[in-house]
Amino acid sequence: MLGYLTAIFGCQLLGELFATASGLPVPGPVCGMAILFAALLIKGSIPPDLAAVGGALLDNLSLLFIPAAVGVMLHARLLVQDWVPMSIALIISTALTIVVTALVMSRLAPPAPESAALSASDDAT
Amino acid sequence: MTDIRDIWVYLSASPLLHLTLTLVAYQAGLAIYKRSGMNPLFNPVFMSVVMVVSVLVATGTRYDSYFDGAQFVHFLLGPATVALAIPLYRQIALVRRSAVALLASIAAGSVTAATSAVGIGWLLGASHDTLISMAPKSVTTPVAMAITERLGGLPSLTPAFVLMTGILGAMMGPAILNKLAVKDWAARGLAMGVASHGIGTARALQVNEVAGAFAGLAMGLNALASALLIPLLWHLAFG
Repeated sequence: MLGYLTAIFGCQLLGELFATASGLPVPGPVCGMAILFAALLIKGSIPPDLAAVGGALLDNLSLLFIPAAVGVMLHARLLVQDWVPMSIALIISTALTIVVTALVMSRLAPPAPESAALSASDDAT
Repeated sequence: MTDIRDIWVYLSASPLLHLTLTLVAYQAGLAIYKRSGMNPLFNPVFMSVVMVVSVLVATGTRYDSYFDGAQFVHFLLGPATVALAIPLYRQIALVRRSAVALLASIAAGSVTAATSAVGIGWLLGASHDTLISMAPKSVTTPVAMAITERLGGLPSLTPAFVLMTGILGAMMGPAILNKLAVKDWAARGLAMGVASHGIGTARALQVNEVAGAFAGLAMGLNALASALLIPLLWHLAFG
């Protein structure tokens, strides 16, 4: 277990080094994700203990955004001042992005296998 | 007997207090969300942020001192992002089959996010600085700040837009996708990841593993696409 946690940290460290050294506009953890993905491709399977460590990190992914999200309070004054155009722009633009991405993908992609599609009985979220 | 103020001074100097506050607020947010029948308006991140900000404002605590404690939770975001490779690897067959569609939809979403936010903001008379900070709003925070900086804007304002966009997408996304009758989990995940980065990915991952894997992939590729495309588009539009 500890070994795989170390491996995940190691991937992030390599990712940070790669991002800094290459000057590519991608954050270190995203490079680390690519490195771990490449390692899994080479290995050809996911070790169960790695899946357990990864699951523990990902099960509460939403929690990990809270400290950064609370930082919104620093900009309260600016945001309140200009809130009408900002909120209209953010709401419409976010909705449009979801519509465009989903429609392009579902038009171009080969039909999904049965298991990868939302069925009527699923919780439609 | 020790004065209550002495206890407060002691506690607020240790990371334990704000770490606990973050965990309690998250679990309360999650409980409210489940109680509401998973109503997206009660998004757990949104509810927790409202609770934490209320406590900080009520006790006159500065964000810096809150973050001193909460940074231990924040730190885990990096390793968690790396771990997104695991669900992605489980979907390798699906990723291979739809590689072209995947790249096309991420590029389309990336351009839509930036041009619509800046376009609507401009029409409604938002200031130049606001527009620059809003352009990379759908991109994961560190890359979004770098893009704003490159365009000559205020990088400190960008995270606020990024976080609001993430929460908005997590709130609105599922309903929009249902209205459009998009049933393919890959397409649903991609849309959430492109529009609302990590917060959308967290939301997608809670619902379905395929959606979560594609959302994580979309977040990463959107960061790359936006870093290349947004400065280009900005110079075309505003010279």
